[in-house]
Amino acid sequence: MAQPSHQVPERIPVTLVVNGTKRDLDLAPWTTLLDALRDHLNMTGTKKGCDHGQCGACTVLVNGRRVNSCLTLAVIKDGAEITTIEGLAKDDALHPLQQAFIDHDAFQCGYCTPGQICSAAGLLAEGRAKNADEIRELMSGNLCRCGAYPNIVAAIQQAMGRP
Amino acid sequence: MNNFQYSRATDVADAIRLLNSDPDAKLIAGGTNLIDLMKENVERPSRLIDISRLPLGKIEETAQGGLRIGALVPNSDLAYHPQVEQRYPLLASAILAGASAQLRNMASVAGNLMQRTRCAYFYDTATPCNKRSPGSGCSAVGGHNRNHAILGASPSCIATYPSDMCVALAALGALVHIAGPTGERRIALEDFHRLPGDTPHIDTNLGASEMIIAIELPPGGFSRNYSYLKVRDRLSYAFALISVAAALNLEGNAISEARLALGGVAHKPWRSLEAEQSLRGRAATADHFAHAADLLLQGASAASHNRFKIELARRAIVRTMMQAASAAPQSQAHKKIA
Ligand SMILES: Cc1cc2nc3c(=O)[nH]c(=O)nc-3n(C[C@H](O)[C@H](O)[C@H](O)COP(=O)(O)OP(=O)(O)OC[C@H]3O[C@@H](n4cnc5c(N)ncnc54)[C@H](O)[C@@H]3O)c2cc1C
Ligand code: SF4
Ligand code: FES
Ligand code: FES
Repeated sequence: MAQPSHQVPERIPVTLVVNGTKRDLDLAPWTTLLDALRDHLNMTGTKKGCDHGQCGACTVLVNGRRVNSCLTLAVIKDGAEITTIEGLAKDDALHPLQQAFIDHDAFQCGYCTPGQICSAAGLLAEGRAKNADEIRELMSGNLCRCGAYPNIVAAIQQAMGRP
Repeated sequence: MNNFQYSRATDVADAIRLLNSDPDAKLIAGGTNLIDLMKENVERPSRLIDISRLPLGKIEETAQGGLRIGALVPNSDLAYHPQVEQRYPLLASAILAGASAQLRNMASVAGNLMQRTRCAYFYDTATPCNKRSPGSGCSAVGGHNRNHAILGASPSCIATYPSDMCVALAALGALVHIAGPTGERRIALEDFHRLPGDTPHIDTNLGASEMIIAIELPPGGFSRNYSYLKVRDRLSYAFALISVAAALNLEGNAISEARLALGGVAHKPWRSLEAEQSLRGRAATADHFAHAADLLLQGASAASHNRFKIELARRAIVRTMMQAASAAPQSQAHKKIA
């Protein structure tokens, strides 16, 4: 993403605690959190869709809150706890949302799915959505080009334990 | 994105010193507008001053009975704060009408105030734009301008200011607290953003080495009779074509105080004292609201593609005022417009 420049990129030490593991990196300051995860830590579960905050594919949890990792810099999040799709399952047990997405066939191509599931994990932690309308509204930051929306809402309802 | 230097500000004075020593440096808070614009090469700061760790994240009661909101409070925390939900539900509603849950988690109050226009030509560095590149011309005047201004525009720029939150802040009469090299000052939110005139590259009256440290809400929150209605091309996660913040104090069916602000129509949230005062002492009826709408829309003029916004604004104002009067505010989750 950075354009060719005559300036030697200044590298900054950045520590991220990714899915419970401390990771030390040396990054140019313009490295987004998304690029740090995908290109520097080789964790490609988090997807790059638009790179402009418009699709939600890059959603991860930072200190437990869902954010678009394409619109923040890794250096700004130095020291933060990052949870990605790779960190949701516990050993062999899928996260309830992962299981629910499978149960409800809540995807086709699957490209938006890591972002949908991380976003839904954030939504559950926030505890603001109580019904399908509210789930739809509070998940509107995650687009699905395959149009799996009804199944995504059903999967989240299952994980929430609500009709 | 251009290469840049990175500094982490240690306190407000340090941030101001860093700003003062480099005219091309920029503050960064949530990053949701600035990083987007840097990826488009619209913003090319020499240095980013990271203020995200400064202690400006509190919401406190003021001695006057209002609320002081730190510049770094995330939009979502503000919308869901119990004091805001109970006393300033108009503000909570406007915030929840904007962006997405993820973006609201990241976006700061100050960054929301400072967000730049979504005019497509402003984003496209291949086209002339007086706001991005002063003197180059305005591509929107003879181009695609369906979502552009109907009030307060100039031949130099017909862009709109896109914030939802600030439409509610304007209606509520909020103050902006600012710190700079010579101390602190306050500006009414209404005087914070500028009309484009022939300097559309200057969005606000914030000085080059100044920063926002807080927003202050006065005690009156209009918590009973209010509504925020946002009309847009899709039901969620889209910028407003028109938005209306309406707030009333009623005695019986008579209006003792009215507040009315429009978003998506101008370079700043649009209010008119004349329109609001026309409602004082009047009954809360559609006719009176239509008259106030005409006063607020006085001088409205369309570009080639946005004539519909004038009538849309008129109808949206009446609708939102009626919602406020009947204490049935627009829901931001159930999208049916009552
Ligand atoms: C896809 C998308 C959809 C969106 N939809 C909406 C919408 O529907 N409604 C809406 O209202 N908004 C919407 N937004 C905009 C969003 O609300 C703003 O991007 C956000 O509020 C900016 O806050 P931030 O903290 O991320 O700012 P940053 O990106 O960090 O900064 C923005 C600007 O503010 C300056 N700044 C930051 N802090 C200060 C300070 N303390 N003092 C002075 N200057 C400061 C920065 O220098 C920069 O110029 C949307 C954004 C995206 C990406
Ligand atoms: S309307 Fe303003 S922002 Fe858009 S092209 Fe014209 S000058 Fe630029
Ligand atoms: S890749 Fe971040 S929102 Fe689309
Ligand atoms: S499953 Fe294909 S984009 Fe959502």
